[in-house]
Amino acid sequence: MNAKLADRIATAIIVAVSGFIVLLLAGLLGYIMVRGLGHFSYDFLTSPPETIRAGGGIGPQLFNSIFLLVLTMLITIPLGLGAGIYMSEYARPGKFTDFIRLLVEVLSSFPSIVVGLFGLLVLVNAFDLGFSLLAGALALTVFNLPLMVRITEQGLKSVPREQKEAGLALGLSKWKTIRSIMLPVAIPVILTGTILAAGRVFGEAAALLFTAGMSSPRLDFTDWNPLSPFSPLNPMRPAETLAVHIWKVNAEGLAPDAAEIAAGASAVLVLTVLLFNLAARWLGRFMYRKFTATK
Amino acid sequence: MAQSTKVQQPKPHIAEEWVGRVYTGICIFILIVAIFSMVYFVASRGLRTFIGDGVNPLELLTGLKWNPGGEPALFGALPFIFGSFSTSILAALIAGPLGFCAAVFMVEIMPGFGRKFLQPVIELLAGIPSVVYGFVGLSVIVPLFRDIFPGQGIGIAAGALVLSVMILPTITTIATDALAALPSGLKEGSYALGATRWQTIYRIVLPTMLPALLTGIVLGIARAFGEALAVQMVIGNAPHIPRSLFESTSTLTSAITQSMGNTVMGSAHNNALWSLALILMLMTFVFVFIVRWLEGRSKI
Amino acid sequence: MQQYGLSAKDLSVYYGPKQAVKNVSLDFANKQVTALIGPSGCGKSTFLRSLNRMNDLIDGAKVTGEIWIGEENINHPKTDVVSLRQRIGMVWQRPNPFHKSIYENIAFGPRYHGVKNKKQLDEIVEQSLRKAALWEETKDRLHKSGLSLSGGQQQRLCIARSIAVKPSIILMDEPASALDPVSTAKIEELITELKQEYCIIIVTHNMHQAARISEKTAFFLMGDLIEYDETDKMFTDPEKKETSDYISGRFG
Repeated sequence: MNAKLADRIATAIIVAVSGFIVLLLAGLLGYIMVRGLGHFSYDFLTSPPETIRAGGGIGPQLFNSIFLLVLTMLITIPLGLGAGIYMSEYARPGKFTDFIRLLVEVLSSFPSIVVGLFGLLVLVNAFDLGFSLLAGALALTVFNLPLMVRITEQGLKSVPREQKEAGLALGLSKWKTIRSIMLPVAIPVILTGTILAAGRVFGEAAALLFTAGMSSPRLDFTDWNPLSPFSPLNPMRPAETLAVHIWKVNAEGLAPDAAEIAAGASAVLVLTVLLFNLAARWLGRFMYRKFTATK
Repeated sequence: MAQSTKVQQPKPHIAEEWVGRVYTGICIFILIVAIFSMVYFVASRGLRTFIGDGVNPLELLTGLKWNPGGEPALFGALPFIFGSFSTSILAALIAGPLGFCAAVFMVEIMPGFGRKFLQPVIELLAGIPSVVYGFVGLSVIVPLFRDIFPGQGIGIAAGALVLSVMILPTITTIATDALAALPSGLKEGSYALGATRWQTIYRIVLPTMLPALLTGIVLGIARAFGEALAVQMVIGNAPHIPRSLFESTSTLTSAITQSMGNTVMGSAHNNALWSLALILMLMTFVFVFIVRWLEGRSKI
Repeated sequence: MQQYGLSAKDLSVYYGPKQAVKNVSLDFANKQVTALIGPSGCGKSTFLRSLNRMNDLIDGAKVTGEIWIGEENINHPKTDVVSLRQRIGMVWQRPNPFHKSIYENIAFGPRYHGVKNKKQLDEIVEQSLRKAALWEETKDRLHKSGLSLSGGQQQRLCIARSIAVKPSIILMDEPASALDPVSTAKIEELITELKQEYCIIIVTHNMHQAARISEKTAFFLMGDLIEYDETDKMFTDPEKKETSDYISGRFG
């Protein structure tokens, strides 16, 4: 075959495939939005679900997802930052550090369902947390830690070496230099990554089936005492999140409008992830500008 | 010469230094403990099937009949293993070429447009939660297959198709990075000899980036292998090896998802599910090992 | 020993198996500028960086020998490196202000070292900026980012930052090589001002600069100290052939 013709055909195929991928995303988003947004209403977003009748909402699930996200990030961020700082600044090159790196890589490749099972065994049963928000948050922390460590490491690696040296040369301790000189410079990278990680937490379901559970008690949104069993803020209560709800409705939903509910919930989930993505991009750019003062 | 005899005053920064060391040390320690305890607990549960319940590991790996709750209890997990491998490898076969094309488009053909437009698209595809993929698969792909092909529409084909979209970002990102990192002299040399772009890509670029592309594909397979809910929603969950791509079957993850909540902790059935989890975990090690090996090769 | 700000004795630096600095002994006088010159890779920057133990940060680097400040050998494993570095300021080739306001860039060090009083801090900031000849240009925008300044201003800010913690010695690693001629002239002027108070050790590529600002000059080649003498003598009548070759531009 003529080489020029082959080149043209190949180029055409590559362009077509790329166009197809764009269309795929557009179709996917379009489908979810068209099917889901039709079902949107204030009622849908706030009222509790119905098991066998139509007209149920996703209120408690939405709340659970957000609350679980906050809990998870409250645990993940300090742990992940610490471990990331260790790997980037304190770990000396050698066998031991290589081994930790391997462990982190393994942990990041563990299927989320395995992490969930581990949570079931250790957190739910052994630590007797029961199916609870706390167990879910801890399982998601395990699931997210490797990512957070990698993000922190990347952030600190992006700090010019002279910044670190300037801090140390002023007679600052290493820890003070890391905290007050390096972290502020690394924040844009870390924050962007953290928001994307948060999006992952928001959509995760497999790790939660057996930790946060697949049911939610009748929440009393007037009771904000974290110790009371029906309070939305009680971290020891079971909590079905939005993502888990979508799965459950599809797998065993009895309500006649199960498909619509799943579509509506999917739309909420996708919109939130989109929002996280946009926020990460915007914030990354904003922080970059602010810190480099390039106007 | 003697060292200064001046007595060093205890300085606040020494305590501060310790704060940093202890804090980060504790964090990394927790991480390590989490990983080890995960391996330990899953393994100890998963091994009970063989030690406590006396099931032959070979039976689990090669048996065709799965009925751990029945009389006699049957522990053949081959259908699940087959399901996991066939869906994830098929998914990689679909996503691999697509990812390669997308990477070539972004780096070689239209870098500006590609980076600005295709890149965010890929990132968004990566961000969409797996249950949403499962839902779309269930409400679009399954009915479509049901209309076109004989059968219920559920099965390996539907699972592989859903998974292929999910792992496309992984493969594309790694292929793009590898492509962008190629020394430009490599391509220019080929162009200088009068080769067309496709000849250059096919003869020079592809062989050089092959290890990286394979890394992406293996990572994609690993992700597909461990994905639970999206697959569970479209695969049908019948515990046998199907005769066609459009017949209900199961994977390791879907079997666990399906039954873990309905079995009693400690029962033979429950232990058997933990054994499936153990297989998943061991496969993770294998995938990490393969990826490391490939990365070692791509450094040249 | 008191007349010297800092003395190095038999100082060697190894990067893994490679010896980058070979048994160098040098005395640096107080209130003087000493220039370290030599072709790229001759070890002069490496030597400079070992004087405040900056090479500790580099994996695989090893520094042997002694460095005396007064009665203390600071190249000793028991030395408190953190307080040591407070006594030795450092300025880098490329300006590296912290990603903070101009005020904070300067106040950060003193505050860390115990100055909490706002008035005192204000005073230190003003003094340091004045000494670095930057006060007039920045007094109205102290709370703007340090990165909003021009390259030359940033470098002077870095000098102000280092003198704010009251060091006695200032190390400068090609402080003007990334700047335009006007900014370079300002930095040189500033260095001549500062030597009335500090022991300044400066690495430079620019021999005219060395001739203009330094009292003494040391010439390094391949990790060896070839010659060390009064700057005037060095540039007019060097002892060694290598030195005269380098100075007359035959290599490097």
